[in-house]
Amino acid sequence: MALFFLLPLVIVFACSLLTRGDYGGVEQPWTLESYLRILDPLYLAIFWRSLWIATVATALCSLLGFPLALFVARAGKRRNLYLQLVLLPFWTSFLVRTYAWLFILRDTGLVNTVLLRMHLIAGPLPLLYNDGAVLLGLVYNFLPFFVLPVYAALERLDPALAEAAADLGARPWPVLWRVIVPLSAPGIMAGAVLLFIPCLGAYLIPDLLGGGKTVMLGNLVQNQFTTARDWPFGSAASLVLMLLSALVLAGLVRSRVARELL
Amino acid sequence: MELVLELRGLVKEFPGQRAVDGVSLSLARGGFYSLLGPSGCGKTTTLRMIGGFENPDAGEVVLAGNVVNGLKPYQRDVSTVFQSYALFPHLTALRNVEFGLRERGLKDCTARAMRALEMVRLADKRDRRPSELSGGEKQRVALARSLVLEPKLLLLDEPLAALDPKLRREMRAELKAMQRKTGITFLLVTHDQEEALSLSDYVAVMNKGRIEQFGTPEEVYLRPATKFVAGFLGTMNWFGKTGVRPESTRLSRTGEGLAAKVESSLFLGNCINVNVVLEDGSRVVAAMGLEHNNFHEGEAVWLHWLPSDELHFQ
Amino acid sequence: MKQRGLAVYAFCALAFLHLPLLILVAFSFNANRFTVWEGFSLRWYQAALSDPQLAAGLLNSLIIAGIAGVLSTIIGTLAAYGMWRRAAPVLSGTLYLSLVTPEIVTGVSLLALFQGVFRFLHLHLGLWTVIIAHVAFSIAYVTLVLSARLRGYDRSLEEAALDLGASPWHAFTRVTLPVLAPAIAAAGLLALVVSFDDYVITSLVAGVDSETLPMVIYAMARRGVSPVVNAVSALIVVGFSVIILISQRLQNQ
Repeated sequence: MALFFLLPLVIVFACSLLTRGDYGGVEQPWTLESYLRILDPLYLAIFWRSLWIATVATALCSLLGFPLALFVARAGKRRNLYLQLVLLPFWTSFLVRTYAWLFILRDTGLVNTVLLRMHLIAGPLPLLYNDGAVLLGLVYNFLPFFVLPVYAALERLDPALAEAAADLGARPWPVLWRVIVPLSAPGIMAGAVLLFIPCLGAYLIPDLLGGGKTVMLGNLVQNQFTTARDWPFGSAASLVLMLLSALVLAGLVRSRVARELL
Repeated sequence: MELVLELRGLVKEFPGQRAVDGVSLSLARGGFYSLLGPSGCGKTTTLRMIGGFENPDAGEVVLAGNVVNGLKPYQRDVSTVFQSYALFPHLTALRNVEFGLRERGLKDCTARAMRALEMVRLADKRDRRPSELSGGEKQRVALARSLVLEPKLLLLDEPLAALDPKLRREMRAELKAMQRKTGITFLLVTHDQEEALSLSDYVAVMNKGRIEQFGTPEEVYLRPATKFVAGFLGTMNWFGKTGVRPESTRLSRTGEGLAAKVESSLFLGNCINVNVVLEDGSRVVAAMGLEHNNFHEGEAVWLHWLPSDELHFQ
Repeated sequence: MKQRGLAVYAFCALAFLHLPLLILVAFSFNANRFTVWEGFSLRWYQAALSDPQLAAGLLNSLIIAGIAGVLSTIIGTLAAYGMWRRAAPVLSGTLYLSLVTPEIVTGVSLLALFQGVFRFLHLHLGLWTVIIAHVAFSIAYVTLVLSARLRGYDRSLEEAALDLGASPWHAFTRVTLPVLAPAIAAAGLLALVVSFDDYVITSLVAGVDSETLPMVIYAMARRGVSPVVNAVSALIVVGFSVIILISQRLQNQ
């Protein structure tokens, strides 16, 4: 495992410190130039954009996922069935799931066709190739990442706790805010991190649903390794991406909620 | 006498069984009451219907003169001490006790909660979380959390079951003292007959979803209404439809009475339990004073008792 | 009231998760090339099955997923067992790190590794590099499933076997392995699916002769939506669902 995983990372690290070769590849001398290039406003904008989109996607998933997790956790005997229903699309091909939205949202796709037929719109709406489509794709693909840990946290809660809160006079909303949400905080945090990291490094979704417009970090890395053939810069960008992911994860591990979770 | 709670023909069915089958009960203000019965007799379900956690399929729950069927737990002036205590793990002892007060929007929540913690002698543990409290301390916080709301009725669901025997006896005395001090009506659910008899002013013995007998501890123990009550409260030696308590059963070597053979003799500290086998093979226990520590295994003995100690059932 | 609102919401959320795929499957049976329903037809399935590119991609995918699935199951099982026997912080740390590493980073780092090796050996990207890459990222999934199963496994079972005179190897093969068998099968199926599905890493390390099915689909999808892709997607959705359901049954045993 170390061979398969750590060694390649070391090589990428070495690449990031070298100079771009004339025909792709890398050559000497050693330099920090690739890292300095990241500070170029053009690339910084891509970093900010990726962080922003990942943050919005995480927030959306939290809002959409928590009630779903709560419903599954309270479904009694049928909770396993509902859990399977949440997870099943997650296990069907990632590529196919993203393609499905391409099929629905494109100019001659289902939504536009239906709206045109009903004469609600004059021409097709530009549903695809924008930030909204990328966000939709991220939320759709990664929602189960959030639901699963939150469900696990909610399921472990003693039902007597919610009953005790009601018994002490708390109405349903206060029960939720004062007892259920704080007690499932470790699950919510874990879910948010598990969601944020793949969103940050997403490649396929911005590539297919964002067209060329919504470039995120993952696309930048891929582009440098294939089309641009600038391996040192691509390596530097991918290591910064990895560093950002690791920082978010470290934040979770060091927080108090993680200690309660593990 | 003012009634705090009245149950009128409560029925609750779960798939495949009738958990509560027509329970009627009246509790006067300021008393200490128990629902006593084996597990699965419907006592906890009855308690949950009073607390508002289950809706009865038939019958009425009347709290201080008002029918409260359909009212949510947070709309009822009763409070429950849960078997698992259900202390909120993310809140300190003080914040746990404050919880209900804050929900009611009262001003001096913290001062009131502190007074309640002082009452259960936990003022110094106010900033501890439930995970940092011992079993007995958790139990006292749960008690304070409910009592601070001054409910009309306090429901206790097997509150002592999770404690070790020594602590259980101490907490028993504390529960009783707390009830007398606050004057709040307590309704305790337990399967422990000793607990019910020692704490309660009145005991309702439940079996298979029904109340078999309701009376003072003396009444239910000395004059059990049914064979079930007689057998569930303490030990009973059966001679057909006649029951005799072990402490009323005497052994002698005189040759008068029922012939039996000693099987074993157990020293229990405060008395001796002599197990004997009758000629028909049935077993009987005699609880005797420590001076009778001289029966040997296999020895022939004769049983007798006073006619006034006999209990007769249909 | 509140419970009902929650149920309505949950129903909508589940619809959101399932409808896109159901729509895709439904339209794969459409006789019309466009998004207008014309009638039931299997013509796109016929087209998909007779497409040589798709067939070549499928064959490659099956070879890769098959070999990578078996290899990663073996390595992952041994890794999970090793981690269970004694704490291996570096190994488990690497495992978790690899799970949260963006796919694209895994892909380019493997590409860098292969290119580094090629400097010394005159080799090219091909089927075998894809297989190695797939083994590399599937191991983590296998290890995760088996670690979860081993957490609930009573250590004293193996100790009892040793106590009864079994050698450590026999204790493993005759007691632990049979107990783990369903979980190993589940993990293997999961690895198979994960490997079969991968596009991002594969596209970076694949050679010209090793296009996989997802790569063919991706190329078709980029060119524009084709009903043939709908048909292939529908087949993949159904196939994956069946395999995952079997895998979860096995895991819950």
